[in-house]
Formats: sequence, structure tokens, C-alpha cells
Amino acid sequence: MSQRIVIVGAGQAGAQAVATLRAEGFTGDITMIGDEPFPPYQRPPLSKAYLMGTLERARLFLKPETFYRESGCDLVLGTSVRSIDRKSKVVELGDGRTLPYDLLLLATGTRVRRIRCPGADLPGVHYLRGIEDVDGLNAVFHPGRRLCVVGGGYIGLEVAAVAVKHGLDVTVFEALDRVMARAVSQPVSAFFDHVHRAAGVKLLLNTGVEAFEGSGKLEAVRAAGTIYPADIALVGIGVIPNMELAREAGLPCEDGIVVDQNCRTADPAIFAAGDCTWHIGREGACLRLESVENAIDQAKHAAYAMVGTPRIYSEVPWFWSDQYDLKLQIAGLARRTDQIVLRGDAAQRKFAAFHLRNGAVAAVESVNAASEYLVGRKLIAGGARVDAAKLADASVPMKSIG
Amino acid sequence: MPKIRYIEPNGMERDVDVPVGWSVMEGAVKNLVPGIDADCGGACACATCHVYVEPEWLDKIPPKQDMEETMLDFAQDVKPNSRLSCQIQVTAELDGMVIRTPKEQH
Ligand SMILES: Cc1cc2nc3c(=O)[nH]c(=O)nc-3n(C[C@H](O)[C@H](O)[C@H](O)COP(=O)(O)OP(=O)(O)OC[C@H]3O[C@@H](n4cnc5c(N)ncnc54)[C@H](O)[C@@H]3O)c2cc1C
Ligand code: FES
Repeated sequence: MSQRIVIVGAGQAGAQAVATLRAEGFTGDITMIGDEPFPPYQRPPLSKAYLMGTLERARLFLKPETFYRESGCDLVLGTSVRSIDRKSKVVELGDGRTLPYDLLLLATGTRVRRIRCPGADLPGVHYLRGIEDVDGLNAVFHPGRRLCVVGGGYIGLEVAAVAVKHGLDVTVFEALDRVMARAVSQPVSAFFDHVHRAAGVKLLLNTGVEAFEGSGKLEAVRAAGTIYPADIALVGIGVIPNMELAREAGLPCEDGIVVDQNCRTADPAIFAAGDCTWHIGREGACLRLESVENAIDQAKHAAYAMVGTPRIYSEVPWFWSDQYDLKLQIAGLARRTDQIVLRGDAAQRKFAAFHLRNGAVAAVESVNAASEYLVGRKLIAGGARVDAAKLADASVPMKSIG
Repeated sequence: MPKIRYIEPNGMERDVDVPVGWSVMEGAVKNLVPGIDADCGGACACATCHVYVEPEWLDKIPPKQDMEETMLDFAQDVKPNSRLSCQIQVTAELDGMVIRTPKEQH
């Protein structure tokens, strides 16, 4: 067994890898290097309870500090890894130090995609990825302020939901013709569109932002030729995988660091896990996922392979988003599906959309409907054909179907 | 601070101080009580924070909401005193509560 494991990136995947490596009996040295000043923390609450102010910072951290001490994991924070020398198996840190490794895990996550338009650098234009982003946003997040959200994805909409609840005046600009278009199907988009408008959010579809205007600070957003006065802008237009480290070391990258089904890169001593990976999905197509589930499960699989007991990564992906009193839960991938079965009643704010391929469930999206979600997950994993009529009939209990 | 007693399946007991307002799940995770994965971090989205509440404490905590009830329905080895620990908020009245962790979460 290898003696020294170095983990680059102290986030969701990094923290899980430490836990699984030790649980699987790895007794060598572990060093985890993170460029943020914080030990690994949860990002999901950042656009939810932490922004709302109902969850204090201490509750964001994934593990207590004692965990790293007791696990014998040397946690190096506020330090970035600058390069990997694969030949001599060392990483070079931002401060010039070098660190040898026998096995290396890249758990570098993603960074926000910056908007490129006039005024994009004006004070008042915010992004949301880390604790410090929210702290900056919170300082100006006051009732009555005019907030322009650029991008109607799940982060933009979660922020919009928190903001209207908080008394801000919220406008969301979405360049596509429906919200969360990348993440959910049309019926679910339509439902959330309605919910946000009913809550008082102004939602502008097919409307790309052209510029931020103001002298010295943000005063307005220009979109489709119209000027919208604004005090704050929050840009949520997607993320970019942190894969430069891998690419510069000569490892193959697509829209992420290419890994095999054991989370191993093209170099047998280097693994990758989480948001930064381009991996083989359980349906065979390659993809990159941005979710807590994927970060946890890939980190576990990387750890299994690192200790010499590899298992194939073929988990059913799952994801959730909280907006208002609604819990959106998604399992599977609604790609190349040929039938949508709706169950429940959107007007009752409790329904699900099942996406079928050749009669079998490939994905489920549920709103406040946990049994649809959980049975859906089982059906996806099992892959058997289902009776679509039964699935659509809310009087047939889900448990009898899955 | 209220003290919560966590008992593992092997009988190992730990008394942990948990701040009021935190969840029983957080009390465990932040004090390295094993057996609670809490993958979703308390969003009631993963059902990997299943615990058993000692029966005499059951009526002192608010009843399950729909979402918790349904998520639990699909957990392993569910008993009448099963709860999702992320959905139980610690209050001063829960000082001394006894929680048992299950053999596994999946
Ligand atoms: C606001 C927000 C809300 C979200 N909500 C949900 C949700 O509801 N449900 C869900 O499933 N998912 C959600 N996600 C996604 C989820 O948080 C991510 O998928 C998850 O954090 C990915 O984990 P990771 O370890 O791959 O990356 P991260 O947690 O991002 O960790 C990577 C770390 O590596 C560091 N790093 C990068 N390069 C280097 C380097 N060269 N040297 C040192 N350190 C480096 C980064 O700074 C970062 O700290 C949300 C994300 C955000 C931002
Ligand atoms: S922590 Fe996920 S349901 Fe409790």
C-alpha cells in the first residue's frame, strides 16, 4: 500500500476522501491542500439558509477540526497547488514548497463563470461560490434593495427565493426561454416559473444582460435595450471546472479531468473526484456533474481504488434544490428519453415527472414528493420496464410500483 | 448547553453538548459520533441520518413532517421510534435525550 497521499482541494470531495481512506484502512500519510482559508464546508446552504441568515457559519463545516487531527490528515489551508511534476511525483505549492506523493487526488471543484460585458467589474456585481461571496452579498442584502439576478439556474433562483422573502425587489434575467433549462425538464421549469412570479419575482425570459451601468458602482442593468435600475447584481451563469493543474501536467481533459470508472486519470498514480471530473456515466455517455452526491460518491470510489480495492462507479446521480417551501429532488439523467409521465398535481405543489426510455424510468424530478423520488431512484437503478398508467395514477401507492 | 447521549450499536456511549437550535444530526457529526452519514447536510434529502430516539423522549420532540415521514419509510430497519436526526432541533427541554444510532444507513 502506498505511503503518502496528497489531496488537492479541501472541499466536499476532499473531506469525504479522507474519511473513506481511513475507513478503508489506509494508514499512510494524508495531506490535504486547499486554497480557501476554510476547512471543507458545505456549499448548498450558501444560497439557502446561510444567505437567509438562519444558519451560522460554524454550522457549514463538514467535519470538526478534531476529525482531521484524529485522522492524521495534515490540512494545509489558504495555499494553492501550482503544478504537478508527474515524473518525480511531487506537487509544487503556491508558496514554493514542494510535497512528494505516492498517490494524488485532484478534488479541485469548479469556479464561477464570469460574465463578459461592459461594467462587469463594477462594485455591486456579485457571484456565489464560497463563504466569502455570501458574506459580501449579505452586507448589502437589505429589504427594499433592487436585486438583479443574472441567470435563472438553480443558484440564481434559490437566491431570488431568499431575496423576496427578505423583502428585496427581485428581477431575474434568463437568456433562454425557460428557467433551469440545463437542469430540469419543461414541466418542472414551467412550475417554478409560476411559483417565482406568484412570489413577486419579476422573471424576464429570452433576455440576456448586455451591460452593467453606473459611475463607480452598479446603478443599473441593461438588457434587451431596456435599463433596469439596480443596487445589487448576482451573476449565476454556470461554472468552469478547475482542471488547469491536470492539463498542464499533460493529463487528458474534456469539460473536466478525464477519469475512468474507478476515478483514475490517465496517470495510474493520479485520481480525480467531484465537480472537476469528466467521467463515464452509468449510461455510458461521458459527462460532468455538479452535485454533492457525485462529490461524495466519486471521492469514495477514488479512495477504494487508492487502497487497492477498486469498485466501479455507477451510482444513480441525485440532486436537490430548495426554493421557498418547495423541495425539488432529481434522480437520474433525463437524456434521450422518449416519454414523460406526470404524477400528482402541480397546483397542489406536490408532483413528479418521470422520464422513461423504452418503458423504463431513466430519471425522476419531484417537487415535495419524496416517495415518487425515492421509488424513482430505485426504479432507475433496477432498470425494469414500468406500467406508465399505474405510475401516472396518484391513487396507486408508489411503494406498490417500485 | 443541552447534553445528548448517543449510543452506538456496540453499546459505546457518548454524552455530547449540543447548542440549542442545532440538530441532533449536527450534534453527532460535529462530535465524530460514527454511524450518521448525513450526505445532504440536513436538507432532508438523503435519509442517511436515521436514528432511534429512546421511547420516553419521543413525545417531547415535535412530530415528523410529511417529508421526513416519507423519506424514513424507505430507510433500513425502520422502527416506531425511528427519526431523521437532521429534522430534530435541540431545545433546552431535550437535555439528557438518548439517541441510538443504527447499524448502517443504507
Ligand atoms: C451556492 C451553491 C449551492 C449549491 N447547492 C447544491 C444543492 O442544493 N445540492 C447539491 O447536490 N449540490 C449543490 N451545490 C453543488 C455542490 O456544492 C458541489 O457539487 C460540491 O461542492 C462539489 O464538491 P467538490 O469537492 O468537487 O468541489 P468544492 O466543494 O468546490 O471543493 C473544491 C476546492 O478545491 C479548491 N481548489 C481548487 N483548485 C485548487 C488548487 N490548485 N490548490 C488548492 N485548492 C484548490 C477550491 O477552492 C475548493 O475549495 C451547490 C453549489 C453552490 C456553489
Ligand atoms: S442529513 Fe440528509 S436527510 Fe438528514
